[in-house]
Amino acid sequence: MTTNQVQTTNIRFAGLGGTGVIKASDIFADVVFRQGHTVKKAEVHGMSQRGGSVQSDVRFGSEVHSPMIPDGACDFLVVMEPTQIEVVRGGLRTSGTLIVPADIDTTKLPSAKSLNVAMLGRLSRHFDFPESAWRESLRANFPEKLHTANDTAFDLGRTP
Amino acid sequence: MPQPSQDKNGRLLLSGNEAVALAALHCGVALGTGYPGTPSTEILEGFSALGGKAQWAPNEKVAAEVALGAAFAKARVLCTMKHVGLNVAADVLFTMTYSGVDGGYVLVVADDPGLASSQNEQDSRRYAEAAVAPMFEPADSQDAYDLLQVAFATSERWRIPVIFRMTTRVCHSKSPVKPRFAPDVIPTAAETGAPATDFVRNIAGRVMVPGHAKPAHRRLRAKMAEMELWNISQGPNLVEKRSESLGIITAGICYHHIREAAPDASVLKLGMTYPLPLATIRAFAATVDRCVIIEENDPWLATALRAADLRIEAKDDATFRFGELSVDRVKRILNKDTSPEPVPPRGKPPELCKGCPHTTSFEVMKELNCIVSGDIGCYTLAALPPLSAMDMMIDMGASVGMGLGLRHVLPRDQAKRVISVIGDSTFLHSGLPGLVEMAYNPPETGHVLMILDNGTTAMTGQQEHPGTGRHLDGSGTHKVNFEEMAHAAGVKNVFTINPIRERAMLKAVLADSLQKDELTVIIARSPCILAAGRIAAWDKELKAKQAADEPAESGSCECGGTCQH
Ligand SMILES: Cc1ncc(C[n+]2csc(CCOP(=O)(O)OP(=O)(O)O)c2C)c(N)n1
Ligand code: SF4
Repeated sequence: MTTNQVQTTNIRFAGLGGTGVIKASDIFADVVFRQGHTVKKAEVHGMSQRGGSVQSDVRFGSEVHSPMIPDGACDFLVVMEPTQIEVVRGGLRTSGTLIVPADIDTTKLPSAKSLNVAMLGRLSRHFDFPESAWRESLRANFPEKLHTANDTAFDLGRTP
Repeated sequence: MPQPSQDKNGRLLLSGNEAVALAALHCGVALGTGYPGTPSTEILEGFSALGGKAQWAPNEKVAAEVALGAAFAKARVLCTMKHVGLNVAADVLFTMTYSGVDGGYVLVVADDPGLASSQNEQDSRRYAEAAVAPMFEPADSQDAYDLLQVAFATSERWRIPVIFRMTTRVCHSKSPVKPRFAPDVIPTAAETGAPATDFVRNIAGRVMVPGHAKPAHRRLRAKMAEMELWNISQGPNLVEKRSESLGIITAGICYHHIREAAPDASVLKLGMTYPLPLATIRAFAATVDRCVIIEENDPWLATALRAADLRIEAKDDATFRFGELSVDRVKRILNKDTSPEPVPPRGKPPELCKGCPHTTSFEVMKELNCIVSGDIGCYTLAALPPLSAMDMMIDMGASVGMGLGLRHVLPRDQAKRVISVIGDSTFLHSGLPGLVEMAYNPPETGHVLMILDNGTTAMTGQQEHPGTGRHLDGSGTHKVNFEEMAHAAGVKNVFTINPIRERAMLKAVLADSLQKDELTVIIARSPCILAAGRIAAWDKELKAKQAADEPAESGSCECGGTCQH
């Protein structure tokens, strides 16, 4: 008996602690989950100190098994911090998509902290989820005073 | 805590820890207690955020004992800790299985295969067998939610504390959960089935003198025999029959790696791993040509099954005993591939935050050429470059004893350089008996103990502790006083210094203390910069309240807020 290969989409967020990696992956997982997919998300958040390497994996599809993305199986790799690109690049499939800060015109960011939201905007181009779903999740995950800045940052990444 | 994601079918996207917290609420847990420790910390924080009564104890042993008292009173209790915490709580564990309980007692222990943030890679499953406690092992968040209910039912039916063993990946991974109650509902006692609390005297059952403990041990073994039969006939174990050539026996997160690595294999997934359902396992093994055990860390299942004379295959422990397993590693185990594994590129290690008060304290120790007996917390990062200013770190509280031991035997010129350094939360956790030892058996050269009081348990994400004057949920309570404790233990020289604002003074006092053949405690007090805003706001609120309660207080000190008065 052979079980059909399950189609799973794998997205890894990477960067340094304090750069919004976990937050971005939480928002992404939220968007996908609300669209009715089965989602799993794995991260190791050990020490609360800033500055160490951080990775967070999100996998979704009709069925997802392991929460961790197998070696070299990332369909998307979103790296928030340029120094980490070479560290994590090996995780990407040959056909996979790499998204890095250079893809964003960072001079137009409302604040340096909003880079993760702009990167989500950039990632959103690759999925046909309604734009409103992204905006709702952003609102649900940030305090109100950041909503306007986040909308600007998201647009910056989303608009080609 | 932001609201968890919810889909149209009422499923929530929860981490394993959040799922346990929600299940605890839905089981009518009357009290959650524990001590922070990655990856277990968010369970009690989540339970509290959901409206449950949750509190931090000074250490895991006390937490397990508070939980035991509550369970003697028929309450349902949840006690949480990381793997090494169970070493601290082991003493009570080994005898509370004898006494048993009247309510439901679930002790969550979170192992950390791969040492994402721990000092060792111990396998706590061995405690279940050694202390004779039933054990459950969830594989994901839904499993954690469901199994916690089974764990409480088991605990109540057999009147015994139950171990709920999780691992980092189960604790911190998110996956969908379909809960019994809507997420915003706090079910009533009638809905949860939680019993009313009551004290019923049972001296022979709860006073574990030898005369009572001997029959208790026999009762315990008899309960285990019954539970094994129950586990065989009704236990939360899953058989997926897909192949006659390959069958895999597993528990916990490995189940999901296996389903991805070997979708065609038959699988027996155990939800209750102690006492093992041997007949179930034997029957499963008999249906396949090749039966492989997949487990992380120790060959615990494999050893038990080999002892039961089962013909099974297990991982190559020279390779796969270390670190967590993954889809790729499970494939290697099944292919008997022990060729060198790809080494992931080294990421950047974490460092102390810019402006962290610990940095200054360790700079000063370095300038004075100290031999530093260290402890666990954010400040352990001072052992790494660029500071490289800590010489040893083993377990919580050990800084005090190790420093004293060094002082007792080193030649005088070296002994005079030794200092013990410990964080505030760690001091209250297990440094206190060390302080008493210091006063009781002082080395000839004296000793210096520095308590790094940053007003929080920073390492695990800024939890409160008895020295912060705040409960788990941030509400106010009594604040224990380090200075008074040092004096009461019998230490003559006690100083409170702000390492950032009074750096020169810290250096002068430390130099002088190292010079003297006396006992000194230096409290280096300055808030963790991540918690400073919150601490300052609370202090302001407290001062305003005190001013309203008793105006015109005179004689306040001039420390600028560094002391506790
Ligand atoms: C027995 C045990 N329980 C829990 C932990 C997890 N842990 C390590 S250090 C620590 C406390 C750190 O707090 P503190 O001493 O105040 O130092 P800080 O991180 O604030 O600098 C905790 C909870 C552990 N390593 N061992
Ligand atoms: S979290 Fe606090 S204690 Fe830890 S390194 Fe940062 S400032 Fe220091």
